[in-house]
Amino acid sequence: MARHIVARTSDIPPGGNKVVALEGRDVVVFHANGEFFALLNRCPHSGAPLDQAACVARLTSPEPGVYQRSRVGELLRCAWHGWEFDMRNGQSWFDPKRVKVRTYPVVIEDGETLAKGPYVAETFAVHVEDNYVIVET
Amino acid sequence: MSDVIDRPLLDQEASAKTRLRIIDCDVHPSLHAKSDLNPFLAKRWQEHLKTYGDHLRTPYMGTTPYPRSSPLIARRDAWPPTGGPPGSDLDFMRKQYLDPHDVEFGVLQVLDMFIFSQQNLECGAAIQRAVNEWQLAHWTSRDPRLKASILVGQDDTAAAVAEIERCAKVGQYVQINVSPRANEPLGRRRYWPIYARAEELGLPIGIHTGGYGGHPPAGGGWPSYYAEEHQSNAHTMAATLTSLVLEGVPEQFPDLKIVFIEGGFGWISSTMWRMDQHFEHFRSEVPHLKRRPSEYVREHFWFTTQPIDEPDEARHLRSLIEWVGVDRLLFSSDYPHWDFDDPRFAFKTPLSEAERIKIFQTNARAVYKL
Amino acid sequence: MAATRIDCDIHPAVGGTRTTLLPYLDDHWKEQVVSRAIDGLDLTSYPPNMPFSGRADWRPKGAKPGSDLAMVQRGAFEQLGASHAICNVLYGAQAVYDPYMASAFCKAINDWIAAEWLDRDARLRASIVIPLQAPDLAIEEIERRAGDNRFVSVLVLAQGESLLGRRHYWPVWQAAEKHQLPIAIHAGSAYRQAPSSAGWPSYRYEYYLAEAQAFQAQVLSLIYEGVFLKFPKLKAVLMESGVTWLPAFMWRANKTWRGVRVEVPWVDREPAAIMRDHIRFTTQPFDSPPDAKSVADIIDMIGSDKMFLFSSDYPHWQFDGDDAIPPHLPPDLVSRMCADNPLETFPRLSLAA
Repeated sequence: MARHIVARTSDIPPGGNKVVALEGRDVVVFHANGEFFALLNRCPHSGAPLDQAACVARLTSPEPGVYQRSRVGELLRCAWHGWEFDMRNGQSWFDPKRVKVRTYPVVIEDGETLAKGPYVAETFAVHVEDNYVIVET
Repeated sequence: MSDVIDRPLLDQEASAKTRLRIIDCDVHPSLHAKSDLNPFLAKRWQEHLKTYGDHLRTPYMGTTPYPRSSPLIARRDAWPPTGGPPGSDLDFMRKQYLDPHDVEFGVLQVLDMFIFSQQNLECGAAIQRAVNEWQLAHWTSRDPRLKASILVGQDDTAAAVAEIERCAKVGQYVQINVSPRANEPLGRRRYWPIYARAEELGLPIGIHTGGYGGHPPAGGGWPSYYAEEHQSNAHTMAATLTSLVLEGVPEQFPDLKIVFIEGGFGWISSTMWRMDQHFEHFRSEVPHLKRRPSEYVREHFWFTTQPIDEPDEARHLRSLIEWVGVDRLLFSSDYPHWDFDDPRFAFKTPLSEAERIKIFQTNARAVYKL
Repeated sequence: MAATRIDCDIHPAVGGTRTTLLPYLDDHWKEQVVSRAIDGLDLTSYPPNMPFSGRADWRPKGAKPGSDLAMVQRGAFEQLGASHAICNVLYGAQAVYDPYMASAFCKAINDWIAAEWLDRDARLRASIVIPLQAPDLAIEEIERRAGDNRFVSVLVLAQGESLLGRRHYWPVWQAAEKHQLPIAIHAGSAYRQAPSSAGWPSYRYEYYLAEAQAFQAQVLSLIYEGVFLKFPKLKAVLMESGVTWLPAFMWRANKTWRGVRVEVPWVDREPAAIMRDHIRFTTQPFDSPPDAKSVADIIDMIGSDKMFLFSSDYPHWQFDGDDAIPPHLPPDLVSRMCADNPLETFPRLSLAA
């Protein structure tokens, strides 16, 4: 398992994302509701870039005309065909067991801890006063 | 649906023996703004569009009463960084779509301005001319890969034929387009002068999904949801196909080619079976038909592939292709719309090399004389 | 009951309003019908003399096909081998505009079918003809028939005024569900709008082809409006709809739903799964592909052997000869569709008549 520093936490505003290339793949890191999530930046349907997805609420309904919202901003509607994926676990809405996007564990570490290593040297110079998003592949 | 965690997408191109340049039979350029047409419009009509605007059989000026699931029906990543709506920037279209997918030819379908459905027929005639000129000035003259279509408001047949004549003299157009949601089903005789001219000129008729004919999407009434209305596009295509066949359009115009665009192809085989099943029962009503309906379909009609059907089992898609016939299919992407088919991944069943070449190349070459 | 082959769709014919139905109208409507000469409600969908409306050998001399009980009995039971049959009357009471006339005429049709058909042959059952013009009056008619177990379903046209899933019809479906009556959606149009989005067709043939799309729109309406969520025991039977359009229609519905689900979040599973549970089809016409392998593929694609219900569509001319079963259907499917599936779909068939 490799640990990659992909951004300072302040680089990705809430509701935003950043795409990084890790080990030959594009990975998209989202910031939602105070947490960071990392997914392969490719929809399993037809390869659309998930960083262009709409970030929306998790929408359920017990009956026609009633709209229940939760976890606002943590569901992705793919930029092309609108397939819904949960940022947290990569599961599709319509077939959570069999249709998923690969996710990567994310940890946040402060610069001081990080300076002690180990991590894959990206282009980041680590400053002890900042917090960093680490994606584990 | 097979397990798709990191499953390599069935990339037809990567597995192909040769890299294939593709012909895309449905690409949508769009206006930056309606005023883009002003250079091609008389002052009278510029004023008219600024004040009265469109007059269509729909309640709203600015939108459809069935809101789409994404802005401007488009892929969210297709908005050009320089501004303007998806499909309005040729450079971005090249960069995002035409170049990376090695598009040899893209046949343009302009949906802006709803030419086919303008209630004010004089206005419609002015707009259609402007759009037909705009295609050449802004698109096909700047990128020879792109091919223009003569768009005509079918319900003013005289004006439509006049516009066809004008464009035919200019040359550079590969088909004549009408809408399947017209005042009447497209097989009806009032539209025959358009078909006659198309046949004489050797240009195919293109029929693209959509339009505001004013009829509800279903015989049973108006649906509540876009989910229903979106699927009704296939229904419109089936009704249009039966009208053209039963009225005897291919019988009357044996050299005419007709292309159905953005209807997909899942509905075709059952429609042919149904037409044939009931042919004997209703034969006395249509004595002008000399052949079984499905025979007319197999000789005179082509169908663009998008939106492709996605059965759970890939082999079912194979059956669908074989029932329609590989010869009838023309690849289309529908770029930049949301339900776009990526040429690399759209066919989730393997195609033989010969089939790929037909669907992505030679069928379209023959129909559009490319 | 000992049942071997239940024909889920036959058509007794009303001779006329002023003749057949007159005895079943109250004094007010009797006077209206006679003094205003109200008659001729044969649907444009089925002109009585059109070959398709009645196979040549099923036409009584000088009368409408389906109007002669003895001939219908010989055809449906002796010739085509049914043990029971469900009567679906297509006389156009459903299509008049006056809701009270519609209600009176629907009541008359149901009274007539009970007295002159169901009473005379214990093998016959019927669908309740209802006036959807006024949902509350439709419910009244359902409640009126609910105690007569020989009425096994509720009949509506594939092309009415509003799509069947619409909210204002929900109380009617609630009543139907309560009484274990599936909705029998039958081919036919009230001609409130053009039979298709392409406009008004020139030919009956063309109109008939468009019915397939009309049915599809009804299925989408019932699913997307959430009717089967609200009424989980309810089923809808598509009668005389064609069958082979179903696979591609299922795929397109699933594909659309995956991308547009946010519009209809109460649709909590794939439309095709909902169809397999709640939608049924009578098997005439099937719209068969020409070869056995393709038929097998279609059945495989549909993915449920519970959806098929045997029917002859007597006296409509769907086939020649004595065999109403579409070609190339596997024997175990034939067996299911003749008995098990109808019994499951129309629970009241099992009740004492």
